[in-house]
Amino acid sequence: MMKLINLSAIYTLWLRETKRFLRAKSRVIGALGMPLMFLVFMGKGFSKASLPGLPQGVNYINYLAPGIIAMILLFGSMFAGISVLWDRQFGFLKEVMVSPVSRTSIVLGRVAGGVTMALSQAMLMLIASLVMGLKTTVFGVLSSLIFMVLLSAAFVGLGLAFASKMEDMHGFQMIMNFLMFPLFFLSGALFPLSELPVWVEKIALLNPMTYGVDALRATLIGVSVNPLAVDALALIFFCTAMVGFGAYLFESVEVD
Amino acid sequence: MSAIETNDLTKEFDGLTAVNSLNLKIEEGELFGLLGPNGAGKTTIIKMLSTLIKPSSGSGRVAGYDIQGERDKVRQSIGIVFQDISLDTELTGWENLDFHARMYGMEKELRKERIAEVLKLVSLEDKADQFVKYYSGGMQRRLEIARGLMHYPKVLFLDEPTLGLDAQTRHVLWDYIKELARREKITIILTTHYMDEADYLCDRIGIVDYGKIVVLGTSKELKEKVGEDLISLEITGRASSADSVFEGLDGVLAVNIHDNTVDLSVKNAEKRIPLIIETSRRAGIEISSVNMRKPTLEDVFLHYTGRTIRGEGASGRDMAKQDMRNRRQLWGGRKK
Ligand SMILES: Nc1ncnc2c1ncn2[C@@H]1O[C@H](COP(=O)(O)OP(=O)(O)OP(=O)(O)O)[C@@H](O)[C@H]1O
Ligand SMILES: [Mg+2]
Repeated sequence: MMKLINLSAIYTLWLRETKRFLRAKSRVIGALGMPLMFLVFMGKGFSKASLPGLPQGVNYINYLAPGIIAMILLFGSMFAGISVLWDRQFGFLKEVMVSPVSRTSIVLGRVAGGVTMALSQAMLMLIASLVMGLKTTVFGVLSSLIFMVLLSAAFVGLGLAFASKMEDMHGFQMIMNFLMFPLFFLSGALFPLSELPVWVEKIALLNPMTYGVDALRATLIGVSVNPLAVDALALIFFCTAMVGFGAYLFESVEVD
Repeated sequence: MSAIETNDLTKEFDGLTAVNSLNLKIEEGELFGLLGPNGAGKTTIIKMLSTLIKPSSGSGRVAGYDIQGERDKVRQSIGIVFQDISLDTELTGWENLDFHARMYGMEKELRKERIAEVLKLVSLEDKADQFVKYYSGGMQRRLEIARGLMHYPKVLFLDEPTLGLDAQTRHVLWDYIKELARREKITIILTTHYMDEADYLCDRIGIVDYGKIVVLGTSKELKEKVGEDLISLEITGRASSADSVFEGLDGVLAVNIHDNTVDLSVKNAEKRIPLIIETSRRAGIEISSVNMRKPTLEDVFLHYTGRTIRGEGASGRDMAKQDMRNRRQLWGGRKK
């Protein structure tokens, strides 16, 4: 009777989040503030500097923009996943959890909503980057979208995993400081990883962001450390694993 | 088939037994009330029956389906109005209902028709396109009841449906609930700690205390168990010796003494008063006032638990809940 993947329920959950998202413009714009500052100040500040390890002939703004787009995907997606806690606090999670919809579909609906949100923010950041002088192609942008979706879905999944184990938003600051910022700084978003000690570079290989940033550079500016296929495989792996992990933990969520 | 049947249903929260070996049977079409003080376990019972939390032990069936083995069938068969508001306040009333209908897989035509129908039932047609955050508490409650009914549930749970509403709004809601039970022909399980609510609405009432049903029956049956009528004597001086005086007196069914009052359960009280006063005088007991009344559910509760239902202050958990409600209001989450 019950479908594991219930498309109409996934659509319903997506629709709700999209409506809320479109109505909360100030929150959306607010979330862009910090990444935008990174882009503007670092982009301008280092525009003349010659950074060690930067590929030949790539100016810093081109190098930085894909990193900042990945940053907004990381923060936006994690937040979208964790914001299930908001629904818990406001009671709406109960309405969702008593419905005859498989928990997997609820997770997928949430992922769909979160990815949509994070991607819209990423698109705004892309426009800002173009204004700042990013040089890319239409084909580059279109192919980058695939990797943005993978990266975003992975982090919505991780956010959901955390939300399944947390009672309220209090732990969010911790996750922000001890997980999201390290993931961001250890991804090569701001500077080439090759400048870091070798052991740190090794750790970065376990970081989904590393492959996300690299794939965005490959597609948007045509420069990357790994072949795009490697990035793609790594992202597909992380995405599946993290959404799966989120769904697994969400399965046992009880609401009161 | 019973609408609800539980078998030693139990829930423990690290050491605390919130629901203790509950055995309950509710028939189809009944309007059944769970009446009990704060912390009695009413909400925990509802949460287990509605699959939101898992029982620690025991089992239960709702609409014929097992609450652990057939959760999705249970979910499809029930509607529920939670104790705390569970609406998306950033959406309109109509959107909340539409969300619900879609989640329950209702087709487009049916969805539209049914939304209009339930909105009418709770008189919210005019407010359908307003954001829920601008609804009053009573309107939010009515919207939740409408939502609980959307998908034609067989069993409807109402957890303290009138909590925190003013007297007038409560009476309006009562009439909706009565009308609903009549029109939709569904089984309704309602929890409350208002005596008058249980009395007015419910076919049968189960009094819950410390996670157990202490007594169950129609309001009339419960009151009869306490004794036909109640005579309260206020006495000057100690009442403790009065026990032997009234015990066994013709027509006196039970004697309850606290401080300087003597409560007598009496058949045909109005006819017994002269005898009781006469007896007191002869025994040297000085009566300062006499009060006679028909028993209420409050007396039933007192009789079976030895406490009054409002005898205890709000528990820490309730305070925390209240605190959260206040905080939500601060965030502009909803207006009351
Ligand atoms: N998640 C939980 N963790 C720990 N204890 C809990 C939890 N939920 C309920 N309890 C405890 O279980 C007992 C029963 O609570 P419940 O909410 O079922 O009572 P209730 O009859 O609905 O009370 P009220 O009239 O206040 O709504 C209380 O002592 C409460 O503190
Ligand atoms: Mg309760």
